[in-house]
Amino acid sequence: MPALLRIATAGSVDDGKSTLIGRLLYDSKAIFEDQLAAVEVTSRARGNDGPDLSLLTDGLRAEREQGITIDVAYRYFATPKRKFIIADTPGHIQYTRNMVTGASTADVGLILIDARNGVLEQSRRHAFLASLLGIPHLVVCVNKMDLVGFSRERFEEIREEFRSFAMKLEVPDLTFVPVSALTGDNVVQRSAAMPWYEHASLLHLLEDIHVASDRNLIDARFPVQYVIRPRQTADGGLHDFRGYAGTIAGGVFRPGDDVTVLPSGFTTTVSAVWGPGGRRIAEAFAGQAVTMELAGQIDVGRGDLICRPANRPSSSQELDAMVCWLSGETALTPNARYTIQHTTRDTKAVVNGLEYRLDINTLHRDEAASSLSLNEIGRVKLRTHVPLHFDPYRRNRQTGSFILVDEATNSTLAAGMILRPTQHDANVTWHDGAVSRHERATRGLTVWLTGLSGSGKSSVAAEVERKLVASGRPAYLLDGDNLRHGLNADLGFSASGRAENVRRVGEVAKLLADAGVIALVSLVSPYRGDRDKVRESHAAVELPFVEVFVDTPLEMCEARDPKGLYARARAGQIIQFTGIDDPYEAPLSPNLVLRPSDGDPSAQADLLLALLERLLP
Amino acid sequence: MTATTTTYEQTQLELLEAESVHIFREVSATQEKPALLFSGGKDSVVMLHLAAKAFWPSPIPFPVMHVDTGENFDEVIAFRDQTVDRMGLNLIIASVQDDIDAGRIVEEIGPRASRNRLQTVTLLRGIAENHFGAVFGGARRDEEKARAKERVFSFRDEFGQWDPRNQRPELWNLYNGRHRKGEHIRVFPLSNWTELDIWSYIRDEDIALPPLYYAHRREVVERDGMLLANTRFTGLLAGESWLEVTVRFRTVGDATCTGCVESTAADADAVVAEVAAARITERGATRADDRISEAGMEDRKKEGYF
Repeated sequence: MPALLRIATAGSVDDGKSTLIGRLLYDSKAIFEDQLAAVEVTSRARGNDGPDLSLLTDGLRAEREQGITIDVAYRYFATPKRKFIIADTPGHIQYTRNMVTGASTADVGLILIDARNGVLEQSRRHAFLASLLGIPHLVVCVNKMDLVGFSRERFEEIREEFRSFAMKLEVPDLTFVPVSALTGDNVVQRSAAMPWYEHASLLHLLEDIHVASDRNLIDARFPVQYVIRPRQTADGGLHDFRGYAGTIAGGVFRPGDDVTVLPSGFTTTVSAVWGPGGRRIAEAFAGQAVTMELAGQIDVGRGDLICRPANRPSSSQELDAMVCWLSGETALTPNARYTIQHTTRDTKAVVNGLEYRLDINTLHRDEAASSLSLNEIGRVKLRTHVPLHFDPYRRNRQTGSFILVDEATNSTLAAGMILRPTQHDANVTWHDGAVSRHERATRGLTVWLTGLSGSGKSSVAAEVERKLVASGRPAYLLDGDNLRHGLNADLGFSASGRAENVRRVGEVAKLLADAGVIALVSLVSPYRGDRDKVRESHAAVELPFVEVFVDTPLEMCEARDPKGLYARARAGQIIQFTGIDDPYEAPLSPNLVLRPSDGDPSAQADLLLALLERLLP
Repeated sequence: MTATTTTYEQTQLELLEAESVHIFREVSATQEKPALLFSGGKDSVVMLHLAAKAFWPSPIPFPVMHVDTGENFDEVIAFRDQTVDRMGLNLIIASVQDDIDAGRIVEEIGPRASRNRLQTVTLLRGIAENHFGAVFGGARRDEEKARAKERVFSFRDEFGQWDPRNQRPELWNLYNGRHRKGEHIRVFPLSNWTELDIWSYIRDEDIALPPLYYAHRREVVERDGMLLANTRFTGLLAGESWLEVTVRFRTVGDATCTGCVESTAADADAVVAEVAAARITERGATRADDRISEAGMEDRKKEGYF
């Protein structure tokens, strides 16, 4: 069976879009005799010569009466190679709203340009919307070539003009085809009238577009949709079944994988993955509807997100997004409150600010705008009642999209595409560096070793650093004791002193990781809350954070006492000493636990290196 | 059905199945009191099969409802009851006869009378009496022009009406099924399936159907270009006579308005081959109810029809 291709069409009333679709359906024999007969009857009644193929796609009575398409209509046809779903959207005033709707799931955007008119304002608008909605492939049909004498020059002129505009947009794949929908040239069959065009006809081009690699198979994301608990004991066994059902939004999950559940942060392993009806799956990937079983009893519900411990989405209550307003009844205004639907999570959202309204014809940003009304697009800041777990829309169309719903009328008001978590600091603006993280030679991350004084953290970290550097990897050890001589010399050992100590070391580690270095932190960091904050601040900028619990029992640490600190604490010469008169809060879900039974620091270092091996590209 | 694990790609039917399963789970997670419209017709049988797969290993967590015109094929009613028994479902029957008896609707008269349009009243009464907030229907967008514009989650006002000019935009796989008390949503998990997809899936999954769907000998009469079966609900008009042919049904509605086609396709494989080569739509071939006018379906849908 061929894979599915979802196409969104764009074009205005006179571009001949309905005729082109009618032609695709007709020439690929997807039109049935009774449908064609009905069209012929109507065409004759209207005084047309041949069948008006546009009648095949204009569905509702109002459309037929007014001769325009008023909404998104879905068309289906198949060739022996592939099945196609066309989201056919109209080209008049409601255009933006409808195209955004049709484009949200499209693999391919099909843009029509009338060869006589060339690239119009609306062609630019179509291209911009396709790019905003992240459609990976764009096919531009230069139509009505028969009316310009099948001119190669005219086609190339239009192609160059469109290309120069598209340079300003994110369009990963752009193709041009000269066609005549009316006569069928280059629609299904190659045209004899345009021998200079050496590429495939539109249909053959569509048959061959490769979409499998458009999905994000890197970042594992599973929004929990529904919890399946049969509670049946009659047929035995099932009463223990607790499955988390949902559709995988990104990446690959396998039984045995370590996973983290957000927002709780608990880490466990996948014990089984089931397809619909109980088919056992060895590798579940983006787009599949599955049911996942997790090891251990942990509390997971709808709206939670399951990901990999070292690859988490952003978790934030404040986010920046592009929003397209879809409602004619109300307008978006600052401080307005809406219901937001994001993956399987619903909550309330407040508009924190409207940054600008975008003129989709000129791409001009109007920063003085105070509202967004029907068909307008702008950049907004939103604050949500509970944190959302999201990726930038550019990276993942599922975890990066949302809709806003009217709390009173339940209408769908807006479509949103997340840019990033809101960056904070009233008077300091964040400067995106000229060099992006992906352009650096190496990818960095932070490894955080926590444990009692004398547990062996620094020995393991030093060994890991030595081995990484020896293998050519940039790595740098941030030792808690050493940092207290310089960066943190002003801090004491009270809870607040320790919190600030952890925060500073976390920030330095983040900078190193961002620069492409493996930052190895060796720090007692006894409080869970402080460590979690560092983890969250890494997640907010999409840097991996690996928590390692060096779990050496207190008695053993005290017996070792390499710096004589336990003896002094016991003697009352040091107060607030972790493990003696100050608590140590062990991690609830560390990425790795190292115990004395794992061997000496060198053997423990190897375990950690093996984990890093899996995490680093 | 197994996925090609090396390229992480799903086949067309796996994609459609995943999409439908997602829709079932979404409704069950967000809607109070859903119900599934089950007639014993092939689309509703496939829908039920998908629902069972979506909630495995739990049983289907909602009842099924049949709007019974009283003029159904006996074989289909028998199949309905067997299926309900086998799957342990809770079946609710909303009967058109009850509405006729209570004087809420008046039956058409004459030899071409049909209860097809009347069942909208019964459907809406069934939804209201049972307080269903969401109702799954087996409609597909490829069936008919008005259905091509239908949303997957389709909002219905307190009168059960569809307003095609004021539908909620539906983006990504974020479905908005919010509604107030008294309103409801219709949900169409098979929106993106075509007749050929349905039959390919029936074949691959070995799904049982009423025997009417496969070739059999039957007495029929040719009327208005369709073959109508000889049942206790159909009679001859002047000048007509019964004639025995090998036929099968492409759709199954009321015996009064569902025609059959000449066919020798006796199993799902043969039907798939036949559908792939078909040159006439299934409703065009066999449904008198769609022939009322060019906007026949659109008008009925606005009133609250399936």
